[in-house]
Amino acid sequence: MLADDMACNHRNPKPATVFSHKNMELNVYGDDVEVDYRGYEVTVENFLRVLTGRLPPSTPRSKRLLSDDRSNILIYLTGHGGNGFLKFQDSEEISNVELADAFEQMWQKRRYNELLFIIDTCQGASMYERFYSPNIMALASSQVGEDSLSHQPDLAIGVHLMDRYTFYLLEFLEDIHPASKANMNDLFKVCPRSQCVSTPGHRTDLFQRDPGSVLITDFFGSVRKVEITTEAVNLTDPIKQVEERFLRIFQGKLQCRETCLVSDYVPGIAGPKGRALQLYIHHSDYYYVLINLLPIEFP
Amino acid sequence: MATAEVERRRGQLAALSIAAVVIIVGVPLWWKTTETYRAWLPVSQIRELAKLQLQLSADVEVVFARGTVTPEQQKKVPLTKTQEEDHAVDEGTTLKYRYETKYRTATIMEEDALNKPTAAEADLALHMLSESPCGSLVIYVIPESSSLLHEDVKVYVGQRRTALLRVVAQMRTAKTFEQLLDRLQPHIIQVLRIMSFSRADITAALSDRVRFHPGSKESVADSMRAFKSSPGYEITFSLLNPDPKSHRLHWDIEGAAQTYIQPLLMKMSPVANFSIDSQTLHYAMLGVNPRYDSSRSAYTLNADSLAHVINPVEARLGSNAASSNPVLNFLLYVPDSHHSPLYIQDHHKQEVPSNAFHSPRWGGIMVYNVDSSYGPEAEFPVDININMAKVMGVFLAQLRLLLGVQSSPPPPGFLVAPCGSTGLADWELDRLMWSRSVENIATATTTITSLAQLLDQIGNIVINDNIAEQVSNAVTSLQLAVAELDAGNLGFALQFSKEAILASEKAFFDPSLLHLLYFPDDQKFAIYIPLFLPMCVPILLSLLKIASEARQKRREKQAKKD
Repeated sequence: MLADDMACNHRNPKPATVFSHKNMELNVYGDDVEVDYRGYEVTVENFLRVLTGRLPPSTPRSKRLLSDDRSNILIYLTGHGGNGFLKFQDSEEISNVELADAFEQMWQKRRYNELLFIIDTCQGASMYERFYSPNIMALASSQVGEDSLSHQPDLAIGVHLMDRYTFYLLEFLEDIHPASKANMNDLFKVCPRSQCVSTPGHRTDLFQRDPGSVLITDFFGSVRKVEITTEAVNLTDPIKQVEERFLRIFQGKLQCRETCLVSDYVPGIAGPKGRALQLYIHHSDYYYVLINLLPIEFP
Repeated sequence: MATAEVERRRGQLAALSIAAVVIIVGVPLWWKTTETYRAWLPVSQIRELAKLQLQLSADVEVVFARGTVTPEQQKKVPLTKTQEEDHAVDEGTTLKYRYETKYRTATIMEEDALNKPTAAEADLALHMLSESPCGSLVIYVIPESSSLLHEDVKVYVGQRRTALLRVVAQMRTAKTFEQLLDRLQPHIIQVLRIMSFSRADITAALSDRVRFHPGSKESVADSMRAFKSSPGYEITFSLLNPDPKSHRLHWDIEGAAQTYIQPLLMKMSPVANFSIDSQTLHYAMLGVNPRYDSSRSAYTLNADSLAHVINPVEARLGSNAASSNPVLNFLLYVPDSHHSPLYIQDHHKQEVPSNAFHSPRWGGIMVYNVDSSYGPEAEFPVDININMAKVMGVFLAQLRLLLGVQSSPPPPGFLVAPCGSTGLADWELDRLMWSRSVENIATATTTITSLAQLLDQIGNIVINDNIAEQVSNAVTSLQLAVAELDAGNLGFALQFSKEAILASEKAFFDPSLLHLLYFPDDQKFAIYIPLFLPMCVPILLSLLKIASEARQKRREKQAKKD
């Protein structure tokens, strides 16, 4: 969810780019950035709807959070905030109580396995104070009563490019590759007071595992669990497949060949009037009849 | 004097009537107009559902072939026994497993069938004789001397709903029928655990209600692998061709899906709906660089790097935007000519015969080498026809794993027949239906109870009529599903449980149930005080004045009396 008005802003001297530093080394608005909600769609209501899953039925897949009880979710919020709230687009606020309630509803419906919440705003620690659902780990860039500061301005554009906490977090994550074994304790050490001016905080009491055993790649980098497929089904000749679809008639009674839920004992040969049933195989007392996938009307 | 009295009287009357209007008309009107519409919910029934008591019952027939019972014991047959087993999962959930077992001797036609040379033929012949309904089992007890089973095989589990159990020495020495049954019992229980429901399966299915504490790493992996129960699934087959300049690939995916996959999906139609689509992606690379192994003169991908393959590819896979059903992705990767042949190695550096791997709750990837079908002098691009039977064999095995059909390996002495050409044995379908019914019922009950709790907690969420209707439907379907499970009608139980889940999810995820307005108490006061205080102050003051005047008058009257 981005307001997404910076990269293609007519004041941007390098259109379609957002750099992390004025030396223009790292373009964070690259080819693999996917924005699902932009501009006017970024509202508190939509955010809560995405989290709790209460979206109108016409919403496409890409705008839904299709997670289940085995999904790890990363939520990263940044912007202007204060004691207990975060500002959305200069017109709305989301409070820490609403956020905590939304997470509880996600937990009730088992929409997450573990949740990592990172917030980079002024007084960010106030946002995670009210959480009460299990398996949530939270990091914030500043404590209550402190301001989070931005990093360095780019005088060519005229604004500060990035906040300090985000800048140093990005620097840390750029060094993490998919096979890395770095754990959450390393993440807690990002941006100490000497670099960030504010004191970053974290909350792990709701998390069941020890943070030292949680890999960073559990939440970043989309590293999947894979298993080797050891067996394969031995597929027989396709012609034999067709035999399975026969219906069996024994002594004039129609018996269903395939798995049935309702007992299909029908007196006489059931067949819709006017549609021919092909006689295929006659074997001892059984007649095997090929039904051409047409619905049968029972008398 | 008189006019002042009249004025004062009029003033008092005015104050009193305004106060009366405010209290009698104003307050109820304000209450009514700021009330939220909350349709009636069957709260008491929902509270009953919080305590889940399920009974799973299966019908078992045990048929004794000639030579397994003595003529004396045979007199006791036919016999029916019922066994019940209680399983308390936690305080809110109790289960009861009920097996109704009928014992009888084999008919002549069944004896003929059991005299066939191999177990597979016997299985087919027995199936031709009679068809067991859903959820039931037949176990044929065959004599020790029977040639159907190999020496060290004790039980043969067939493709439909029959199993062959060989009598062992201890059973033969039983004198009375009851002794024989007692000795037979543990073996029958073992067979039942594999072919119908077992404690482990059902506890795993209840993971929504009961926090699952798995014993071992394998059971964690098992519980994570299969997709959760959903009314529908989408299956997508993708062909990845990184090198269209060298290989022109042809795959008859429509025919292959129709011939090999569709029978399995049709057989599973009581469980869920499936839709299949396919796509071809050109210039799609694997995100990982394979290593060249000179000892095998081939490129290899080791097991650790497989985990990083999926993410770069997934971004380019399309999916059906309209539905929110879980997607199973099956990818067929044909390596480019410079990196052929490409083999997958497992953790022990051994080659994998299927050359495929799968990711739990996502799908599977198979690497298909085509370098053997053309020589070095071939003219590029080379036309290649992919052998769909081999490919579909692997994908079918992965599909079985991802849908939760495959179970843990059987105990020693058991021989399980390979699944038929549909890819699914009848008893495997029954197992799946049992666990899906229980899973659906558990999920629907937790959804409904947490929805009721949520609506109770937040007083100002509007409950529309359609939500109340969905909740009532869900409650009714749940009650019917539990009743059908009790009675042993597996098919109907699954159907009702699916309806219950659909209704409960519709009610829970209704867009109108979003509670956005959080008003702390001080904000509420801040809104109401500027509106009501200016109006109430004059009324209160005049009422106070009237009251003090009335008290004064009474005091004067007292003084006059004295």
